[in-house]
Amino acid sequence: MSVSATEGEALAEGIELRFTLPRTGFDLEVDLRLPARGITVLHGPSGSGKTSVLRCVAGLERPHNGYVRIGDQIWQDDRRGHFLPTWRRALGYVFQEASLFEHLDVRANLHFGLRRDSDSRARQSLAEAIELLGIGHLLGRAPHALSGGERQRIAIARALAARPRVLLLDEPLSAIDHSRRQEILPWLERMRDELEMPMIHVTHSADEVARLATYLVVLEAGRVKASGAVAGVLSSLDLPVVVGEDAAALLEGELLERDVAWHLARVGFAGGSLWVADGGLPLGRRVRLRVLARDVSITTQEPGYTSIQNHVRGVVESMAGDVHPSQVLVRLRCGDSVLLARVTRRAMASLELGPGRPVWAQVKSVALVQ
Amino acid sequence: MNVDAGTLAAIRLTVQLAGLTTLCLLIIATPLAWWLARSKSRWRVPVGALVTLPLVLPPSVLGFYLLLALGPEGPLGQLTQALGWGVLSFTFTGLLIGSIFYSLPFAVQPMQHAFEAMGDRPMEVAATLRARPVDAFFSVALPLARPGIATAAILGFAHTVGEFGVVLMIGGNIPGRTRVVSTEIYGHVEAMEYAQAHVLSAGMLIFSFVVLLALARIRRSWGRVPS
Repeated sequence: MSVSATEGEALAEGIELRFTLPRTGFDLEVDLRLPARGITVLHGPSGSGKTSVLRCVAGLERPHNGYVRIGDQIWQDDRRGHFLPTWRRALGYVFQEASLFEHLDVRANLHFGLRRDSDSRARQSLAEAIELLGIGHLLGRAPHALSGGERQRIAIARALAARPRVLLLDEPLSAIDHSRRQEILPWLERMRDELEMPMIHVTHSADEVARLATYLVVLEAGRVKASGAVAGVLSSLDLPVVVGEDAAALLEGELLERDVAWHLARVGFAGGSLWVADGGLPLGRRVRLRVLARDVSITTQEPGYTSIQNHVRGVVESMAGDVHPSQVLVRLRCGDSVLLARVTRRAMASLELGPGRPVWAQVKSVALVQ
Repeated sequence: MNVDAGTLAAIRLTVQLAGLTTLCLLIIATPLAWWLARSKSRWRVPVGALVTLPLVLPPSVLGFYLLLALGPEGPLGQLTQALGWGVLSFTFTGLLIGSIFYSLPFAVQPMQHAFEAMGDRPMEVAATLRARPVDAFFSVALPLARPGIATAAILGFAHTVGEFGVVLMIGGNIPGRTRVVSTEIYGHVEAMEYAQAHVLSAGMLIFSFVVLLALARIRRSWGRVPS
């Protein structure tokens, strides 16, 4: 299935990828249009071809029947026998493992791309990248004297310094231990929100999808299973990689008020609001909420005497079987937002749930992912 | 202990030969090792075997064929005569050519291993940073292969210093022109001049030991840098 992409204007100037790459086991076949801004996340199980897509965009692999367009630049067009080698493509590539040149210190690593860029604005962009990623204090160090998180931040800055038209990130967090990921995630969010440049980020982590994606492409065995704005793709019911233990809806909202006495903050989104644990973020801040389907239950009347404080009014939109035959996954429309709820088939029958039925969603817990 | 003029000449010639051979080896073996490490051509394996051949071949066999090739009737000999360089057998240049063939595997293999251990990644990274392939080779691949290149240079030099069979076959052991330390030692022993033979042999022993020490040091200090 494919969630229709309705980014309109943004797509016309965005990224266009069409190619086939034979691989052992299956052929990678891609036909995608991606937005010109924000982070497109390529998501899917390992071996689904995510990294190969990036390598084809970069020209590190040469796919067949290829067409690769980034904005107004065409990097590959096999109908015209056109193929730009990697070194002539204005791209930034951050590899999975630390890819700093070990024989150069941090400063020389950062200048590597700069020296090969004839444009005078390059120096300025390096200064901005150093500032953006907070690595000014590391310039004199040797790569082996850095932590994994620092190495990847420098690799990202080095890629940015070359003023790319697109930034390609191949699981840049996977080689870093879990606690250290927090060293990088905020920087990536900042780049997403501040840079006028599309990023394509490969990951198999559902957390990174929830935190970073503005646009989501789901790959499985070399095929695009779904692509579209992230909230829509995540809440579609027939995607095996999305549906499962971690099936969750993503809500974009704003911090509206704070209940100091109880350490809670209210986040409003299109279709309702939810109380979350107060993390100290300023009011008015845009945030993302991730609501797991297993944390949402359904009642047909406004809930009263319950410990669950978050109630959202909605309408059943559709239902689909879940991993276990006893359960169903229910898609609820709440205003302009969508929630997923996991309930038993017996509950579905006794509550007479069906499309169009108005209900209340009880949300047991919410994670603020930003 | 007296060191005569002949011995000094032999030492000077040996150092000259080994130095020039090393220089030529680095120029020839670097692209060859790169090609062997990276190429997907079906010629890779046969060429690799050909380069390794001097490792297992008796030096006299290599010397014999080089002598034939460089001689007045040989293909290389015909070529050098046509170019006006004359016949190269029994000359220093002939010796140099022989040494290059003889020590080639010792220079190629460490570099090839270094290039292989590096993998494709550094070159890919360089390409994503706008470096064209030749640029990336000099600015990334060569510096990263430094330990391999140093090993190649040291082994090439040391191995050339120690060659005997090839020198005897193509060089002819002419004093001052093609007589090197190893053949000088042989000459001394033949003439029962054990004292002189001792001086040179002990010198070679110490030299070889120092070479191995230097190699171990390179492996230790540069080996830590993951490449």
